[in-house]
Amino acid sequence: MRLPSWISQHVAALRAVIVFTIVLGLAYPLVMVAVGKLPGLDSRANGSMITVADNKVGSKLIGQLFTDKDGNPIPKYFQSRPSAAGDGYDPTSTSASNLGPESIVDTLSKNPDDASQSLLTQVCTRSLDIGKLEGVSGARPFCAPDGTGAVLGVFRSGGFTGPITRVVAVNETGTPFLDTYQGVKVEPAQNDVDYQAEGAVMTPIRGDAPAKPAVPADAVTASGSGLDPDISPQYADLQAPRIARERGLTLDQVHQLIKAHTDGRTLGFMGEPGVNVLELNIALDQGQK
Amino acid sequence: MAGWLFVITLILALAVVYRPFGDFMYRVVSGKRNSVVERGIYRLVGIDPNSEQTWGVYARSVLAFSAVSILFLYLFLRIQSHLPLSLGMSNVNPHGAWNTAVSFVTNTNWQDYSGESTMGHLVQMAGLSVQNFVSASVGIAVAIALVRGFAARKTQTLGNFWVDLTRITIRVLLPISVIFAIVFIAAGMVQNLSGGTDVTTLVGGTQHITGGPVASQEVIKELGTNGGGFYNANSAHPFENPTAWTNWIQIFLIFLIPFSLPRVFGRMVGQNRQGYAILAVAGVIALASIALTVGFEVHAGGTVPQAVSAAMEGKEVRFGVPNSATFGAATTLTSTGAVDGFHDSYTALGGMMPMLNMMLGEVAPGGVGSGLYGILILAVITVFVAGLMVGRTPEYLGKKITGREMKLASLYILTTPAVVLIGTALAFMTGHNSTALNTGAHGLSEVLYAFTSAGNNNGSAFGGITVNTGWWDTSLGLAMLIGRFLPLVLVMALAGSLAKQQAVPASEGTMPTHKPLFVGMVVGVSIVVVALTFFPAIALGPLAEAF
Repeated sequence: MRLPSWISQHVAALRAVIVFTIVLGLAYPLVMVAVGKLPGLDSRANGSMITVADNKVGSKLIGQLFTDKDGNPIPKYFQSRPSAAGDGYDPTSTSASNLGPESIVDTLSKNPDDASQSLLTQVCTRSLDIGKLEGVSGARPFCAPDGTGAVLGVFRSGGFTGPITRVVAVNETGTPFLDTYQGVKVEPAQNDVDYQAEGAVMTPIRGDAPAKPAVPADAVTASGSGLDPDISPQYADLQAPRIARERGLTLDQVHQLIKAHTDGRTLGFMGEPGVNVLELNIALDQGQK
Repeated sequence: MAGWLFVITLILALAVVYRPFGDFMYRVVSGKRNSVVERGIYRLVGIDPNSEQTWGVYARSVLAFSAVSILFLYLFLRIQSHLPLSLGMSNVNPHGAWNTAVSFVTNTNWQDYSGESTMGHLVQMAGLSVQNFVSASVGIAVAIALVRGFAARKTQTLGNFWVDLTRITIRVLLPISVIFAIVFIAAGMVQNLSGGTDVTTLVGGTQHITGGPVASQEVIKELGTNGGGFYNANSAHPFENPTAWTNWIQIFLIFLIPFSLPRVFGRMVGQNRQGYAILAVAGVIALASIALTVGFEVHAGGTVPQAVSAAMEGKEVRFGVPNSATFGAATTLTSTGAVDGFHDSYTALGGMMPMLNMMLGEVAPGGVGSGLYGILILAVITVFVAGLMVGRTPEYLGKKITGREMKLASLYILTTPAVVLIGTALAFMTGHNSTALNTGAHGLSEVLYAFTSAGNNNGSAFGGITVNTGWWDTSLGLAMLIGRFLPLVLVMALAGSLAKQQAVPASEGTMPTHKPLFVGMVVGVSIVVVALTFFPAIALGPLAEAF
């Protein structure tokens, strides 16, 4: 018996899907799993785990937190980058922040569920905190001294044009970072008000912080994966004096360790230099024993 | 400087493999002999490898295979909790399963889910990654069928879909995947069936280090320009992209087939210089786009990047800004959609580039196969436009471009923009744009990016938007489906119509299609078509944000 062609085509399609599922979906990956069990490959195929005193403490490739239960940095450890993966460095919830370059207005509310921080304020707050921890200036362009994004909502009589009628420091409910803006008194923001919707033009204020702040870029930004195992050599160097102090080491010793755990660019041109934070901290712990 | 060297070495590597790899693929699709494995597969599938198909039968075979694939994958996702290696993951809900099934079968790999918390190992390897292979083969097969249409003289037939599908999968995709999967394991990508390991971190916290067959899936994700990551973080995840040099290899794999297919095209039509002309079009656009993307990202314009002093939000230290931007351009110049840094946090103009790349219809060099047929459509339109402007006879490779060919090409060009713009408008009219994380111009960009990505079968995202709702899953699923199969059927119809023609000998009035003038005109036509179609939307999104 001959099937009509439209049916026979679907039968062939079904058989093809099954055949390819067996070849490509089972045989291929399972053979690769078997290859991954070969000596030399097996530790990598299983996640490049690091063992300290017979306990697995993590993966060489996956970053982790070096904070206490309240989320405060533990001073004797090098700190990782900020992370948007779950509550931080959670491999079951990898993520970036996905906040855009003009995410500069916080949503202020007494109800914490309604409130949210803009990326700018997150960056400014991190910079301030790290500056305090490391004893350097945490100032950055477009950041107010209190660690919020320095953004004014400017109302003009004609919307986008005309004289300024009112200015609000939209990210601050306390004392505004500026007293006046072009002669108009700056007022603090109120909770639960959307100044953008009310017609204010959002105007970030650059301030006089240096274009290259003391706290490096990777220290104040979340990575793409939320699991970045590396920090830049600059961020490691910034943390070195604190580590030396906390551990009773000389600054030179700490710099040597950083150097030993810095991977340069592959072949001199691929990627950027990075310092593996977990390995560096393990080396610190082991040096103390 | 290092960032440019990264790009230059990629170009050199692709230049080196262009001829040998293109010639190899030419032999795969043109050879008459079938290997033992292939004959075995034909027997199991129940087809006669020597029977030739007309364009209609070829197209219906593609559609039948894709329809069955969608149903199969949908079922797989809906019952995963009852299958082995599900790691306790529950069944995927109906709209999520529809979206994901369509997404992987259409070579889009848009992901409304987070891999590590939704998909068990069996679904990842036996469901999703099987489609990574075969959806890539489908794209290449259709492109080859179109080229056969150009090369053929007065015939009705364009080859056999099942033979093309099998050969491309078994001879091209699988061997390369095996080789690079081993390389990737050596680099540190995990490849196991473990449910993960709980560790106590150095400071006494807990962390769950995940496992899975990642390396095997990672290769075909790039090689087949699929882009669907094992994990939510995609190629930014250290287990999917552990080092700066795996990042280089991933970009190389993304470009490998799309940039070598023009060679296959040149060989098949018997004039390698025609292949070089197509390659030149794709190369010029790609290079300009990569340079602009890297330039915008390194320049770090915008409030937050200036506050940070670099566009480092959403990027990994081991890759750095220039290499991440190169990846971002590569993934959208093709139909890949994998990301090693998050486009949503790119600078305004840097984030516009991936969107523009996709809006170009992904032709520089585009997805595997789909890029070649996309650019050939633009070449057809170019000879027609040239015919109108300078009075040349509209013909390409000895085939007359008549009303029928132009209608098919025009419909092809209109399909995706219609899907993208109507979809975006519908999202705003129905208020579903409210799931965007960012507000204002950037919120528009997130919605526009989603439909651009779905309609062009890319799969990358401005990730801030929440898309696992019923409305988004359904509408983006439809966008992917229409964006893939309507153009594909039009291409097949065009192939059939070209194959039937007698070749016309080149005359005084024939425009040479291998000269720089023609290359320049195709580039111009590609850009003008996109600019006219998408400029208003771009102006409201990324441009409004940047200026």
